[in-house]
Amino acid sequence: MVDGWGNPVKDPLAGGKTAGPAPVHDISGTWEPARGPGAGIQANGPVSMPSDGVHEPPFTPAGKAAYDKHKALYGYRNVPPSLSNDPRNHCDPLGFPRADLYQLRHTQIFQNPKKVVILYQYDKRYRVVWTDGRDFPKELPDDRWYGYSVGKWMDDTTFVVNTIGLIGEPRIWLDETGRPMSDQMKVEERFHRVNSNLMEITVTIDDPKFFTKPWVAMDKFPMKLQSDDYDVIEMLCAPSDMESYSKDFGDPASGIVKK
Amino acid sequence: MKTFLWVLLAGVVVSTPVFAHHGNASFDAGKRLELTGTVTEWDWSNPHCWLKFDVKDQKSGNVVNWVVETSNSADMVERGWSKRTFKAGDQVTVTLEPVKSGQPVGRVISVLLPNGKTLGLNYVGQ
Repeated sequence: MVDGWGNPVKDPLAGGKTAGPAPVHDISGTWEPARGPGAGIQANGPVSMPSDGVHEPPFTPAGKAAYDKHKALYGYRNVPPSLSNDPRNHCDPLGFPRADLYQLRHTQIFQNPKKVVILYQYDKRYRVVWTDGRDFPKELPDDRWYGYSVGKWMDDTTFVVNTIGLIGEPRIWLDETGRPMSDQMKVEERFHRVNSNLMEITVTIDDPKFFTKPWVAMDKFPMKLQSDDYDVIEMLCAPSDMESYSKDFGDPASGIVKK
Repeated sequence: MKTFLWVLLAGVVVSTPVFAHHGNASFDAGKRLELTGTVTEWDWSNPHCWLKFDVKDQKSGNVVNWVVETSNSADMVERGWSKRTFKAGDQVTVTLEPVKSGQPVGRVISVLLPNGKTLGLNYVGQ
């Protein structure tokens, strides 16, 4: 297998090396799902709350009403491609926290004393998490696709990020299965570096408008460190490609034949 | 007991996604077709790559152009595929899952290439 540069992918622990202790206050590096590339896709909903007809987040009536309007491509209520109303069918940004809860792939993290920057492979999006001690703006200038994030080290190896100010319904869906989120959503991400090569991510959802109580979407989801010279493969949603795809594949697959 | 069974069944019918851009609703789940034909186009892109190939009916002589998808290009690299996997004119045998609508479209399960190698959907090294 090769990386985006065409170079063979290296295993940082090749040759019988073992992981060392976790460095202090450092989550930088290129990370990927430890259980394989497919593990972070989470097409059927976040790993700890799959849409399988059994697991269901604790919807408020408003949350359930929003959910029922969504025609998702995955989960137990999925519809054919051309019948879906998922905003990302138009290559809209996934927004946050869907960037964690769907297509979590190679994730590059850079940090300096003032901020931690997270680069997502999917659609080449990024987030800035401020660590300079600031609080959220007293009055949010605007709602954002990726919100306003501040982070703090809870101990030597646990970094906690809180995010608010998200656009929410109807422009951002929470996950691939059409679960909704409101502009009142608060998200906590807990990045715990277990050792030099392993990090666990826990994502907790708190949205009093759409859910009766907080719930965990990802619980200690493992990410492993990739070699530091790994070049991440470009992955974009191009609207013109999406249009060709819908015409040549999505429509006929959905039984829609245009002459 | 009935309720319990329904809960169990509901859990079972959600299958593992083959590709992540869209669901399984269009596809004739579990059905397989094996078709041999000539590649007309290999589109390496997002949200999915797709392969177009002509299949000739041996009795009637009619040619049907099939369109079959794979996952997106970044994902397919990790499954060992590349932009150069196919070129127009290649003779291939495609095992695919067709759609329910009866149109000549489906999704790739595996492809037998002209060099005798078979490409599937497993991630390299897994």
